Amino acid sequence: MIEIQHLVKRYGDKTAVDDLHFTVKPGVVTGFLGPNGAGKSTTMRMILGLDAPTSGSVTVNGKRYAQHAAPLQEVGALLEARSIHPGRSAYNHLHALALTHGIPRRRVDEVIELTGLGKVAKKRAGAFSLGMGQRLGIAAALLGDPQTIMLDEPVNGLDPEGVLWIRTLLTNLAEQGRTVFVSSHLMSEMALTATNLVIIGRGRLMADTTVADFIDQAGGDSVKVVSADSARLREVLLGPDVTVTGEAGSETLAVSGLSARQIGQAAADAGIAVFELTPQAVSLEEAFMTLTGDTVEYRSNAGSASQTGAPEGSVAA
Amino acid sequence: MSATLTATSGIADAPANRPEYKVTFARVVRSEWSKFLSLRSTWITLAVAALLLVGIGIMGAYRYDPSALRGPSADAHDAVTIALRSTELAQLALGVLGVLATAGEYTTGLIRSTLAAVPKRLPVLGAKVLVYFGVVIVVATVGAFLSFLGGEPFLHGKAIALTLSSSGVLRCLFGAGLYLALIAVLGAALGMLVRSVAGGISLLVVLLMLLPVFLDILPSSWKPDVSPYLPGLEGGAGGSIIALHQGSGTLSPGAGLAVLCAWVVAALIGAAYRLLRSDS
Ligand SMILES: Nc1ncnc2c1ncn2[C@@H]1O[C@H](COP(=O)(O)OP(=O)(O)OP(=O)(O)O)[C@@H](O)[C@H]1O
Ligand SMILES: [Mg+2]
Repeated sequence: MIEIQHLVKRYGDKTAVDDLHFTVKPGVVTGFLGPNGAGKSTTMRMILGLDAPTSGSVTVNGKRYAQHAAPLQEVGALLEARSIHPGRSAYNHLHALALTHGIPRRRVDEVIELTGLGKVAKKRAGAFSLGMGQRLGIAAALLGDPQTIMLDEPVNGLDPEGVLWIRTLLTNLAEQGRTVFVSSHLMSEMALTATNLVIIGRGRLMADTTVADFIDQAGGDSVKVVSADSARLREVLLGPDVTVTGEAGSETLAVSGLSARQIGQAAADAGIAVFELTPQAVSLEEAFMTLTGDTVEYRSNAGSASQTGAPEGSVAA
Repeated sequence: MSATLTATSGIADAPANRPEYKVTFARVVRSEWSKFLSLRSTWITLAVAALLLVGIGIMGAYRYDPSALRGPSADAHDAVTIALRSTELAQLALGVLGVLATAGEYTTGLIRSTLAAVPKRLPVLGAKVLVYFGVVIVVATVGAFLSFLGGEPFLHGKAIALTLSSSGVLRCLFGAGLYLALIAVLGAALGMLVRSVAGGISLLVVLLMLLPVFLDILPSSWKPDVSPYLPGLEGGAGGSIIALHQGSGTLSPGAGLAVLCAWVVAALIGAAYRLLRSDS
């Protein structure tokens, strides 16, 4: 359980986190989303007490992080920036962390095995690939067998197998009743793993919701139907929890609440010819961008080169 | 592939039957000790310091020529001075060792892992000071004795020859070990204060070697008043600790040690303040 209350962080006159207020509950995966520079990593550093809040407070399992007798057993965290000495082996890095808490060597071997680092555990961590470094960070996060797991963009740099592994891991950890808090910029990735969503933009809370509600608000999933008699098909399909939209006189309808299969069957039973039947998944990414659109810090400016009259193909300075 | 996937289910036993972990100062010391042992760079730096200390000391005794007016031992009045001349170089290697212990954590980012494990922070500084002081005092004291004993046969029968039982010799050799250990701690404190390896080393060199030179360009009346209170060897507090005979205007060995300790404590207070107050 992570409780964040009116959290503010300013660096000079830059406000990185602006009055954040939310709770991350145990038993489910909570996705933490926001565009670049939204303040996700800053919030996570404050949860661990690495950065001190300008005002407001954050507690983990009822206490400030530093107040716990065995912090690694409360929160296991993977931070955005690498937090290892490149000259030390993965094994020795984990072992040194374990020693501070009296965590046995056996547990170090376990997390190495678990994260698939067995073959490289004795090598200098400085020689690790991005994905291996990420796995080492996750191994460190799991070391204390923590109640709360907090990962800052864990899939960053992982191969497809690694991404799948992370998804399974997060789901398993949440099923065991732990609090799982994961940041990402990818709504589509979160839709696959997370149940709850916290969305921020420019340090402000934009939404504290669930993936299901977010999809609903974005319009839900619908099916596009083009038929010979859309007026009659509409009558046939309508029912509780089913919405049908379409312009009068048009052959096209948008149906939500029924699957393409059910619609096709209903049309056949009624003897209406169907010309097209296409499931339309809502673009979560688009809904996410609409929500955070005004708050994007670093907008890419396509076509700005031609506006400033620079020759085609020139490299921006 | 499947191995890693199935392994996830073995992740952890239910959070209910959790083992009792706890952070204690003794455990933080053990962790810092393990960190010290597991880095090749610390071993290399330590070995370089020991080689300088012993090698230059013995070489000085071997090349000693009482009639020489110039050269490495022209102004040496006793065998201890010859044996400990190498302290000047060894202090740099050991000071750098201290700087690397703390600033190295910031430049690599390791500090975030360290402070996540020990969020009360001060135990980390305390443990590092203990480990580095402990290691360096042993290595440097042994080095000082080896330097003296190794040079003894070459000076045998000459006017400046001394033995371990000569008055003041033991005090100088133990003093050299203590001085070097305190310099390593000073380096660690400065490294934590400035959080940069280059910055920490620069500050150390300024304090130990450049300040005495800088004093020379100030009005000459200042030098005798200020110089004995600098931490370094050249006319400073460190020099009083390891010299057999105190020169005029320098402090007694005890007073020199007190002054050096004051420098180290001041640097540690600054380091602790920065550690507790600044974001990491
Ligand atoms: N130590 C710092 N000093 C000054 N500004 C900072 C510092 N850390 C973060 N910021 C600023 O605070 C804002 C939030 O940064 P943060 O790294 O938390 O964003 P983020 O959501 O993690 O972004 P990303 O998705 O790119 O990782 C940014 O504008 C950043 O420039
Ligand atoms: Mg970030």
